[in-house]
Amino acid sequence: MAKSIDVSDLNIYYGDFLAVQGVNMTIRAQAVTAFIGPSGCGKSTFLRSLNRMHEVIPGARVEGKVVVDGQSLYDPGVDPVAVRRQIGMVFQRPNPFPTMSIYDNVLAGNKLNSKRMKKSEADDIVERSLRGANLWNEVKDRLAKPGMGLSGGQQQRLCIARAIAVEPQILLMDEPCSALDPISTSAIEDLIHELKSDYTIVIVTHNMQQAARVSDDTGFFNLKGAGQPGHLVEFNPTKKMFTNPDNESTEAYISGRFG
Amino acid sequence: MSTTPTRTPTRTASAQPSRRGDAVFAGLARGAGLLIVLALAGVAIFLIVEGAPALGANEEQLYGKESLTLYVWPLLYGTLLAALLAILIAAPLAIGLALVISHYAPRRIARTLGYLVDLLAAVPSVVFGLWGIQVLAPTLFPAYQWLADHLGFLPFFEGPATTGRTIFTAAVVLAVMALPIITAICREVFLQTPRTHEEAALALGATRWEMVRMTVFPYARSGIISGIMLGLGRALGETMAVAMVLSVSGAVTVNLISSQNPSTIAANIALNFGNASGTKVNVLIFSGLVLFVVSFIVNFLGRWVAARGQVKG
Amino acid sequence: MTGTDTLTPTDTGRSSLPLRAPQLPSYAPALAAAICFGLSTLAGLLLGWGPIAIVLLGWVLLVLGLPAWSSAVEGSRKATDRLVTTVAWSVFALAMVPLVSLVYEVISRGHGVLSAQFFTYDMRGVLGEGGGIYHALMGTLIITAMAAIISVPIGVLAAVYLVEYGGKNRLARMITFLVDVMTGIPSIVAGLFAFALFTMIFGPGVRFGIGGAVALSVLMVPTVVRSTEEMLKLVPDELREASYALGVPKWRTIVKVVLPTALGGIATGVTLAIARVAGETAPLLIIVGSTTTLNLNPFDGRMATLPVFIYSSVTTGGKYNLEQLDRAWGAALVLVAIVMLLNLLARGIGALFAPKSGR
Repeated sequence: MAKSIDVSDLNIYYGDFLAVQGVNMTIRAQAVTAFIGPSGCGKSTFLRSLNRMHEVIPGARVEGKVVVDGQSLYDPGVDPVAVRRQIGMVFQRPNPFPTMSIYDNVLAGNKLNSKRMKKSEADDIVERSLRGANLWNEVKDRLAKPGMGLSGGQQQRLCIARAIAVEPQILLMDEPCSALDPISTSAIEDLIHELKSDYTIVIVTHNMQQAARVSDDTGFFNLKGAGQPGHLVEFNPTKKMFTNPDNESTEAYISGRFG
Repeated sequence: MSTTPTRTPTRTASAQPSRRGDAVFAGLARGAGLLIVLALAGVAIFLIVEGAPALGANEEQLYGKESLTLYVWPLLYGTLLAALLAILIAAPLAIGLALVISHYAPRRIARTLGYLVDLLAAVPSVVFGLWGIQVLAPTLFPAYQWLADHLGFLPFFEGPATTGRTIFTAAVVLAVMALPIITAICREVFLQTPRTHEEAALALGATRWEMVRMTVFPYARSGIISGIMLGLGRALGETMAVAMVLSVSGAVTVNLISSQNPSTIAANIALNFGNASGTKVNVLIFSGLVLFVVSFIVNFLGRWVAARGQVKG
Repeated sequence: MTGTDTLTPTDTGRSSLPLRAPQLPSYAPALAAAICFGLSTLAGLLLGWGPIAIVLLGWVLLVLGLPAWSSAVEGSRKATDRLVTTVAWSVFALAMVPLVSLVYEVISRGHGVLSAQFFTYDMRGVLGEGGGIYHALMGTLIITAMAAIISVPIGVLAAVYLVEYGGKNRLARMITFLVDVMTGIPSIVAGLFAFALFTMIFGPGVRFGIGGAVALSVLMVPTVVRSTEEMLKLVPDELREASYALGVPKWRTIVKVVLPTALGGIATGVTLAIARVAGETAPLLIIVGSTTTLNLNPFDGRMATLPVFIYSSVTTGGKYNLEQLDRAWGAALVLVAIVMLLNLLARGIGALFAPKSGR
């Protein structure tokens, strides 16, 4: 069962620099939520704060609350490693582990938790995850080959397979198609559509048509001005967002890019 | 001067009036490059020419040994033993050290730590030798006694422990000297691990160590090997520290803590060169040639591994 | 602590969200270290152990204890992580022991002998107390300076050839390869090379300062080539093209635009190379020899140098052993100070020019 995310009054800092200010939103379970906005508006930073990945950058910290399933991610007792295990992430550039085969790439996360896995069990996970990522038919005959040998679009789907192999509750995607060609992009978009029945999906995209195509809800982030922190301008169902947005700047941004 | 190969079209300027200036400057630069080639060829040639007479050396000129092989072998053995022992000590330390600097220490501290390691590299080898014989050898001596008493059944610790100036002490000094080189190279390659791979591991819920094991080590494997090889090269060729620390007898033994130690090629040259004359000099130069070849091979392998790793990406 | 103990996924695991895992407090490593070393000190004092044994015991307790504690509370994965972290940091501490010990010993044993006389007298006719390192100091300065005079132009020009002219042609590839090989030449082999070279020219038994400079150059050139090459590669092509576009010939572009842009980095590299060869002993021992008197002429006769002075003071035993050792430590202090100053200088130069070189 997928989970919803409640964000309240979230500020994200890098050292003293306030990168994102005052975000409030509820991300629905089993739906696709897209974040759009100009470069540097903090949408990726915000996404990374949803599974505590932004902490990887030294000096990054957060004020406010992110609540998943009644638990606040930033409570003292919460383990970031466990958070990331439950909230998977797919990155902008496909990043399969270069030294591992396709098979081992898919199992990379599972192997962390259980050292000894039965061969049949492992095979099962690999097949299920690769099928889930619409990649099984393309790679089933070369599972032992390195993951780097795949095309960019296949690599990205391999990364999605790797992320869903550990059965997370939520899947975060940070511009997953920006490094891909249109055909691979369309394959990933189809996949996102299918995955939403099992996962809560949050996707950052610079491509507004993509947001319109795949998402149920859309959040528009913008900068208040040069050097100012990014903030959430508008958060609405995608249909409303693209036909009749509440905010003028949303409309300007969407129409400006659409035309 | 039309032969000057300028195959970098983007950087070629064709300004007619100063053709001569260009030709002269290009010639100078090329000449400097050729000089380096000549110098290295010269090192090999002069060592061969001056080392060759050693093949005809008699027993007296060979410091009492029957043949050149019998003279050089114990030295080569000592060189390899000390260097390998040093790398055995230094390599794990260097990898840990590099990991601390690249992935464990906060960034600001990491810079200071890196600087401290560089300082270690800057200390002259003769000072290491002085430290080794005056400070380290007396400090380690009780440990050798303990080892000889309690683990004396092992051939390495047979003893008798009568001095701190053993091959083990020499190896520790060599390890300290090789440490900065290996650390520097490992640190470099650890830092080159693509951030996306590290984040992929973390996003799967890996702890820091699991992230290192999944992404950093596989990526850096060839870099680590090449760093170890280059550290080995340094340890093989190091002269003064060994010459000063080691109490030498010329024995070929695996006993690490006795006063009967094989010397190393470099230390042997340093110790005997001052008093050598005639063919004895040629004998010493010949042993230097052997050292040159060995360290050439080790360094070559190190570079080769590194280059192969780079291609793999 | 509430929450689930394991992170292992179960078939029904997706209905609950095990985000909370029991964790050790952030001060746990410090607390564990304090307890372990406290215990070992106590045990050591009771049993009359030396400081090394105490530290060793404390370390063993820590390496076993902290992961065991973590394993009980946080699970085995976190325990492994803590074990590795502890080991990594202790490796660091261990590696610092020689550096700290060496610096401490050099200063504490070396400072006593320092005096005005130590810097201004040579060792002629001195057996016991007295004398100084003036001759060795000057020898080191002269020979190192000459080595720099030989190798800096060659090294910089060769790097210019590699970056600006060579491209990927055979000679350039060969030079790159040979420079790599040269970085690995044992210093004593460089000394033998110089000795063999000058023996063939001047006959056997030759010893003079310039030979040492040649030997040191063999060791110094590769470092200079390498660092200069790196720096020249950092100079953006746009700068060169801008200069060509103004009709400036290639060689003037290199001399007036490229080299000045990379100057800071090159100076850093050269200074580090000088620092490295200033402490070299083996080649000087072979081709320069040593003497007790001041000799300022590098083209005639043996010269004393600091490294060789230290070496011979330690290795010649005898009646005045203690005085000789004192002087050796004093000279070592001076040598280390020179080398460290050169390193600091290199860093200073590097920092000064850093913004321009784009690093």
